[in-house]
Amino acid sequence: MENLIALLVAAPLVGAALLLCGGKRLDRAGHWIGTLLAVASFAVAAVLFADMLGKSAGDRALHQHLFSWIPVGGFRADLAFQLDQLSMTFVLLITGVGSLIHIYSIGYMEHDERRRRFFGYLNLFLAAMLLLVLADNYLLLYVGWEGVGLASYLLIGFWQHKPSAATAAKKAFLVNRVGDVGLSIAIMLMFTTFGTFAFGPVLAATGDTGEGKLTAIGLMLLLAACGKSAQVPLQSWLGDAMEGPTPVSALIHAATMVTAGVYLITRSGAIFNAAPDAQMAVVVVGAVTLLFGAIVGCAKDDIKKALAGSTMSQIGYMILAAGLGPIGYAFAIMHLVTHGFFKAGLFLGAGSVMHGMNDEVDMRRYGGLRRYMPVTFITFGLGYLAIIGFPGLSGFFSKDKIIEAAFAKGGTEGWILGGAALLGAAITAFYMTRVMLMTFFGEKRWDPQEVHPHESPKTMTIPMIVLAVGSVFAGGLFSINDAFVSWLEPVTSFEHGHSPLSATATTTATIVVLLVGAGLAWLMYGRKPVPAVAPRGSLLTRAARRDLLQDDFNHVVLVRGGEHLTRTLVYLDHSLVDGAVNGTAATMGGLSGRLRQLQSGFVRSYAVQMLGGAAVLVAATLLMRGV
Amino acid sequence: MSFPLLTATAVVPAVGAVATAALPAAKRTAAKWVALSFSLATFVLALVIAIRFTPGAKGPFQLTESHAWIADFGVRYELGVDGIAVALIALTALLIPFVILAGWHDADPLEETRPNRRWRPTQGFFALILAVEAMVVISFEATDVFLFYLFFEAMLIPMYFLIGGFGDGAGEHGEEQAATQRSYAAVKFLLYNLAGGLIMLAAVIGLYAATADQLGAGTFSLPQIVEARAAGHLHLGAGTERLLFLGFFFAFAVKAPLWPLHTWLPNAMGESTSPVAVLITAVVDKVGTFAMLRFCIQLFPEASKWATPVILILALISVLYGALLAVGQRDIKRLIAYASISHFGFIILGIFAMTSQGQGGATLYMVNHGISTAALMLVAGFLISRRGSRLIADYGGVQKVAPVLAGTFLIGGLATLSLPGLAPFVSEFLVLVGTFSRYPVIGIIASAAIVLAALYVLVLYQRTMTGPVKAEVRKMPDLRVRELVVVAPLIALLLFLGVYPKPLTDLVNPAVEHTLSVVDKQDPKPDVHVDATTGGSRPGHATHGDDAEAAK
Repeated sequence: MENLIALLVAAPLVGAALLLCGGKRLDRAGHWIGTLLAVASFAVAAVLFADMLGKSAGDRALHQHLFSWIPVGGFRADLAFQLDQLSMTFVLLITGVGSLIHIYSIGYMEHDERRRRFFGYLNLFLAAMLLLVLADNYLLLYVGWEGVGLASYLLIGFWQHKPSAATAAKKAFLVNRVGDVGLSIAIMLMFTTFGTFAFGPVLAATGDTGEGKLTAIGLMLLLAACGKSAQVPLQSWLGDAMEGPTPVSALIHAATMVTAGVYLITRSGAIFNAAPDAQMAVVVVGAVTLLFGAIVGCAKDDIKKALAGSTMSQIGYMILAAGLGPIGYAFAIMHLVTHGFFKAGLFLGAGSVMHGMNDEVDMRRYGGLRRYMPVTFITFGLGYLAIIGFPGLSGFFSKDKIIEAAFAKGGTEGWILGGAALLGAAITAFYMTRVMLMTFFGEKRWDPQEVHPHESPKTMTIPMIVLAVGSVFAGGLFSINDAFVSWLEPVTSFEHGHSPLSATATTTATIVVLLVGAGLAWLMYGRKPVPAVAPRGSLLTRAARRDLLQDDFNHVVLVRGGEHLTRTLVYLDHSLVDGAVNGTAATMGGLSGRLRQLQSGFVRSYAVQMLGGAAVLVAATLLMRGV
Repeated sequence: MSFPLLTATAVVPAVGAVATAALPAAKRTAAKWVALSFSLATFVLALVIAIRFTPGAKGPFQLTESHAWIADFGVRYELGVDGIAVALIALTALLIPFVILAGWHDADPLEETRPNRRWRPTQGFFALILAVEAMVVISFEATDVFLFYLFFEAMLIPMYFLIGGFGDGAGEHGEEQAATQRSYAAVKFLLYNLAGGLIMLAAVIGLYAATADQLGAGTFSLPQIVEARAAGHLHLGAGTERLLFLGFFFAFAVKAPLWPLHTWLPNAMGESTSPVAVLITAVVDKVGTFAMLRFCIQLFPEASKWATPVILILALISVLYGALLAVGQRDIKRLIAYASISHFGFIILGIFAMTSQGQGGATLYMVNHGISTAALMLVAGFLISRRGSRLIADYGGVQKVAPVLAGTFLIGGLATLSLPGLAPFVSEFLVLVGTFSRYPVIGIIASAAIVLAALYVLVLYQRTMTGPVKAEVRKMPDLRVRELVVVAPLIALLLFLGVYPKPLTDLVNPAVEHTLSVVDKQDPKPDVHVDATTGGSRPGHATHGDDAEAAK
């Protein structure tokens, strides 16, 4: 059975190779090949899952060793896979949602002349993401980690004739690379500390290691997670990444890749459990980001950017939960999965709206669309209810657990974190209601002469329906008898948190803040018409529109500063370094004068000089013989 | 006596050079094919070396040849290879056919402006390339210091003519200005390297004097000196050893090139045609870093350790300085040149970290950098030849009109920024980890280059390949068959060595162990003892991690 693991990665990898090297011959069939291989990978995952369910919880993990990858001295990196319950969860999410989005893209990208290449990149992404979650050591994980970064780069910049898309792609890669440095330093630290960086031995040895080393490793892993998962302070790329085609935003920048940071922290749980300071940093990052993303999401008029803010915020919840240790890991992953359903569904819905609205993204130019796109409206609406945590739907179960766990952290910290999580839930309800109202309700703010909104084709609506079903039921299913928690427990371990608030009190509070947030949004965007041009807004609104000034900060400090530095260095290299070396040479032997002579001289004279040099050389050596 | 394989590998390209040069002016096309055939024959011989070589066999050198040459003062014709040399000979022999193919038409423009009938540019161009190859190969093979020195210096002559005599016709201010800049670049190249060589010469003579003094008969033989040292017959004394080390190191640092001796490289690479630029950075410069490993460290182990802190700092400066300057360049080829300076910094860092990961990584780095720079530089050359400009600002939107060219350029760029999955990642990570395990702070600072490399590569790609299509590039043709034949194998190799570098590591590891044993350095031990064999990589067992977690 373990020999099937490689097939999970191989199927989409073969697809990518075929589609990217296959040339124009494959233009007509390319999207089918890509979709088929994604589905094939999902089928393999389903088989492995069924097999895993048949075994007892203790020995579900499978290992496949392919070959020794980099063996140098004590440094041993293997190409080897590990499929346990945590990886399995991700594999199902990645291949499942991935297959749906492949199908959706057949319709969405129908008129794009480079559709074959698009599917090639999507396949490449699947392969890299599966490698990331299946690797059995940190270095191989790093390959997948940067691999998804590459796929993300290629897909954000897919319409690279647009300068904005090319810039966004570059920015995403660069910011991610800052995080990647963290991961690579973490691996180096593991190597010097443990002599290995394979999950098994490293995570087993944390008990014998000093806390300082573990804290350092933990913080570096957190830096990596911040880059990939768009957490403060490396969050600035995600909003711009919306330049990519919408299926990409759904798959990579909502459901899967951006959650890799949560995977990394959960996978490295043993390290964080033994390093409370690193854990503290994780929860702070999570709490700050969940509020940051939510505030940004409130101010955006671009539907995709509003959703991107929301993604950032929801991942903030997951990171927060992962930072809580064994009381939170399972809930982080559970929210990750339910979020995968509803956020992918919301993005596909947004794509469907754009598809019918001539690629318009400004919600101020939408309005009243529910009558024109009923399927999109209903599926989007279900996703909406799920994300705000409407009782009974997926988000309700997973988010509620995180809020409870945050309170259970205990002490003042617990109250602050729990309060932040609750506040985040209120803001979530506000901005999502705002999106819903501005898009599907109210007056038409578009010109019926130019725009003819219509429902999308079946290839697009069916994936939306499937995801909507998941958004409604997944959370409830996972919670029956704590099924999800007991499934993950052998890998992530689990402890019951003891919250100062009773479960009922937390749930009530969650519902109350939900109603407050949604009600406020209705007062502002439902009861009165939405202006087609954005009002100036308060200072906070204006700052939030500019992503709370993160880019302005980066621009002034990093971009401008960097430009000055490189320009100065280019100048100095020419005048100072080059000049100094040449100058030394000149003073030593009057070389610069000779240099000019040489330049004007004949080719023959060089040869003579070289010959002369050689003669001197031999003579000198002969002379030395006498010494 | 067995077939002198090592000699043959150097003689074949030398004969090729003569044969190519001898062809009459009218036989231009034939000259190209003759050159290509000889370079391919050399590659076959290099493969035979790789096959005949047994990694891990006893003794530092294999396939040795040894003949008395200038008996009067101990110079011997002594050849031998270790795994490092085999890898670099293979790299050289592999790249030359691509260099020749890529430069297929580079000498053609000169045919029209020939000053006299005796000067045949095409024959000259290809003969010079083969001459360089012959000398580089023998430098990798020589185990006699004097023999090495002779060819280390001699290769400057053909290189000088290649840089000064052939341009890419893409100068910013017209051909006349370009010719002046070219000859400036060539002379600068020559003077820097001659200066390095002269200082080394003094050290070579000094070494001879020292051995003559202490061993009775002077010798240049590396194995003999190393042996005499180990047996306690040779004591150079700290002062002498340091001086000699510095003499050798200076020459290699110029060649490598190491900051602040690097300024000749951007000139030379910028002004020459891109195949020649590849020859400089991917082949000739490797002799410098190779010689640090083979001669500096093995001849002068104590002095090497003494100089390590300063060299590491200079290498670290190279890494960051090269990358920062690459970010600031306006000229595509100069950008690649500065990127190379950064990469050479990594190589030297790895060598002097004196760990098996550092030195193994540095050797792999030499090979991988050769392949990746060749890929990037040659595609850049194809691009430049289409537009007649080296300035980044003159391009835009190329991927729309020439997607294959843009795609290969991107892959070359991704290799340059060491993307995992491609070969350079393996070597860069090994160098970093090898440095970090002994000098954590330097390792961490060097990691900043990971970000800077992404910056200069992606900015280059964005400005040239993406965005709206510029009017001047609208009619640009995509890669031709000849050009694809050059690029495709290089890319395939980058992928292969990124996923399966084991053939290379198996080749290099024993040689690195030998070098480290000469310097008497051992890898730092990890803080916590972990029995890695019980780890997660064996099939069918639950990992420790799972057990521990489950037990809680």
